[in-house]
Amino acid sequence: MKKSLLLVMTLVLSITLAACGGNNTTNNGTNNGTPNNSQGSTNTGGNNTPETEPPAAELEGQILAVGSSAMAPLVEEAANKFMDENGKVTVLVQAGGSGTGLTQVSEGQSDIGNSDIFAEEKFVDDEAPKAAELVDHQIAVVAMAAVVNPEVGIDNLTQAQLLQIFKGEVTNWSEVGGIDQEIVIVNRPSSSGTRKTFESYALGEASPDLPGQIQEESSGNVRKLIGETPGAIGYLALSYLDDSITALSYDGIEPTEENVTNGEYPIWAYQHMYTKGEPSELVQAFLDFMLSDEVQTNDVVELGYIPASAMTIVRDVEGNVTQK
Amino acid sequence: MKERVTLDHPKEKISKQHLTEEWVGKIYTWLCIIVLIVTIFSMVYFVASRGLTTFFRGVNVWEFISGLRWQPDAKPPIFGALPFIFGSFSTSIMAALIAAPLGFCAAIFMTEIMPKYGRRYLQPVIELLAGIPSVVYGFVGLSIIVPFLRDTFPGQGLGLAAGAIVLSIMILPTITTIATDALSALPGGLKEGSYALGATRWQTIYRIVLPTTFPALMTGVVLGISRAFGEALAVQMVIGNAPFLPRSLFDSTSTLTSVITLSMGNTVMNSPHNNALWSLALILMLMTFVFVFIVRWLERRTKI
Amino acid sequence: MSAKLANRIATVVIIAVAIFIVAILAGLLGYILVRGLGHVSWDFLTSVPQSIREGGGIGPQLFNSVFLLVLTLLITVPLGVGAGIYMSEYAKANRFTDFIRLVVEVLSSFPSIVVGLFGLLVLVHYFGLGYSLFAGALALTVFNLPLMVRITEQAIRAVPKEQKEASLALGLSRWKTITSIMLPIAMPNILTGTILASGRVFGEAAALLFTAGMSSPRLDFTNWNPFSSNSPLNPFRPAETLAVHIWKINSEGLAPDAAEIAAGASAVLVIVVLLFNFTARFIGGYIHRKFTASK
Repeated sequence: MKKSLLLVMTLVLSITLAACGGNNTTNNGTNNGTPNNSQGSTNTGGNNTPETEPPAAELEGQILAVGSSAMAPLVEEAANKFMDENGKVTVLVQAGGSGTGLTQVSEGQSDIGNSDIFAEEKFVDDEAPKAAELVDHQIAVVAMAAVVNPEVGIDNLTQAQLLQIFKGEVTNWSEVGGIDQEIVIVNRPSSSGTRKTFESYALGEASPDLPGQIQEESSGNVRKLIGETPGAIGYLALSYLDDSITALSYDGIEPTEENVTNGEYPIWAYQHMYTKGEPSELVQAFLDFMLSDEVQTNDVVELGYIPASAMTIVRDVEGNVTQK
Repeated sequence: MKERVTLDHPKEKISKQHLTEEWVGKIYTWLCIIVLIVTIFSMVYFVASRGLTTFFRGVNVWEFISGLRWQPDAKPPIFGALPFIFGSFSTSIMAALIAAPLGFCAAIFMTEIMPKYGRRYLQPVIELLAGIPSVVYGFVGLSIIVPFLRDTFPGQGLGLAAGAIVLSIMILPTITTIATDALSALPGGLKEGSYALGATRWQTIYRIVLPTTFPALMTGVVLGISRAFGEALAVQMVIGNAPFLPRSLFDSTSTLTSVITLSMGNTVMNSPHNNALWSLALILMLMTFVFVFIVRWLERRTKI
Repeated sequence: MSAKLANRIATVVIIAVAIFIVAILAGLLGYILVRGLGHVSWDFLTSVPQSIREGGGIGPQLFNSVFLLVLTLLITVPLGVGAGIYMSEYAKANRFTDFIRLVVEVLSSFPSIVVGLFGLLVLVHYFGLGYSLFAGALALTVFNLPLMVRITEQAIRAVPKEQKEASLALGLSRWKTITSIMLPIAMPNILTGTILASGRVFGEAAALLFTAGMSSPRLDFTNWNPFSSNSPLNPFRPAETLAVHIWKINSEGLAPDAAEIAAGASAVLVIVVLLFNFTARFIGGYIHRKFTASK
């Protein structure tokens, strides 16, 4: 009798707990999902805060940031620092892919959706209105380089050559000045944000999937495979570059931070943190913290990203570049 | 019965207490059963409701199953899942073709040839193989099998063959365990009769034991295939993931599970691409039912 | 003559295959342990992972795996034992019972990725649990439950009929007989089965990628209030388990020693699973000896 009662109690308890958890999350969601969806209105956050009170003292609550697994380490590092400074705040960072992040933020389940790609590129056709509800906060820039197995013997490819390779028109390295070795493409799946960026800014057009090509989503595996496979080519974020692979110049321009910030080297993308509508005070405080020097000059650089503030140019979702 | 109970408990009180106890038991076990049933129905319902969306939005079922081109980003997107379906079937069946002979031999070793050593050493080994997590298999496959295939055969190592080899080790325990059970359940008289007629051990195994236990052996093989069919991470790490039919054993290709693992997190809910991935999950689920029914059919034949 | 030759060849082949299988396992284990054990230390087991610097550990992941296992068992054992009791004691031989058997069989053969996706859709999105330990535990419940049902059913069926009848004859109710007579006798078998099932739960990754998440918030191991969000005991925080961590650092690891960490974590994972296996065997053997000796 007693045992079975205990069991029933456990069950009931876990169900109640589940209900509590559910409520918490929905509350958070609705708080932030509330009013104006107009983008770019600047008078937010500060509105509700009387300036006399120190903001750090009253920040309290929970922030949930879901999305891109590549961005998760950066957001986590920043979140830890933010929590050190604001004892009553909890920032939860969850990695589940950019698509999941955008879905959850647009449905109000999370406060922030981390994405390595513009929301407009993910929400297409019928779903396009959802992208319009989201407010973009660009917190860093990630640059990528085409990389090859060191033995192919080249260090530069032009845009035309890259396109020919990724379209399967050039199949041997000797055709682009390397050794006589068949080209092995290590691509990303078509859903990948990294691939979208590479296609848009390095190739200039979408490349087809080719029979026999390797597709890996994760940068670690891509690096491992390119380093091991003779004649392999792929592309990686600069933070993943090491001695096992050779990073290529693009049209003669080296993939360096300087060349990215001054707009010479085009293969890069913003790291976005999306909120639904304008963020709440707490979320705004965290986003401000992400953009503060403390994060931008330390964690962002350490993790191989380029601070958003360092960019001298701005690029919109269509790829139009303007000087800052 | 009740008269024997100590006298200070009146009869009615006892039976009342019995009744409450019985009810507690009945309600509790019933609740557990209901949870089971609700779980399966909600799984089928939710996966089907997402998976069928693709077809409600104008994708033809037959084209989805038989199409060879998978271009979710084309305008309009093209979803042909045949390469993945083929990939799943070919890797799991090849894995079974590799694992089945090994498993049968191991089972015969444990039951017919050296039961003592078999039970003592081989059985624990088989059980341990079953316990190794699939990420570890993928990790080892990527570090050992892929480089080996790359150096020995044409191609890049990643591909159909690598997937099948990794899977074959993973399903070996399933096939072996069931084969062992079947062989040891065989009535001793059958074998003794055969020996009495002067047959050698191999003749007995080959002519008597294997044919008699054939349906049970096949049950193990089908269960193995079913497990291989649903395996995700280890396969995804070694198969190469090109969304095309493979041109050779060593060519990069995809399975249903590998496509889902690769792209699910990157797509937003309700986008055509995401819906198509759910349709793949639905196919996986339907195949589970098919496998369960094949197993049941085989089990019925075993009993006869 | 040729029959004898065939017999000899077949015997040799079969023994060779048996040795081959043992060799595969020895090779596998050897490879994992040799590559990984060098990296395993007390510090590695307890420190937090580092995203870019060297020297990260697997402390929180190890804790998460254990905690997730405990949560899963808390949900699975009562449900599984209850359903198992129903199947062995209450179920009548009718269509409904056949149907439940089918349900159990189907549930246990669902691919873990389908279970994970179901968790993502229903638990994470629909119920708004987010990526959390609780969602992970519920997803693991889905394929642990049918195992528990089978284990319990078999264990209870194995209880000698005389003992059950004696208890009923003494005037105990059926339920009382089950809970205080049959369950204790069946307990060793249930325990062994549960431990073996735990090994599988411990190594599961595919379903957890979509439910428990791939990140681990910073935990305050001095805060044991389960409702506080940085407490290790909070079931509604996201949690990366050891198996998921191996998957993640293999794929996204930025730390310079990512490969060693993956190898070390794999070794730890395999050792834990082996421990589960040996414990189950030991308990099984011990109980068996005790029972047979007393008879």
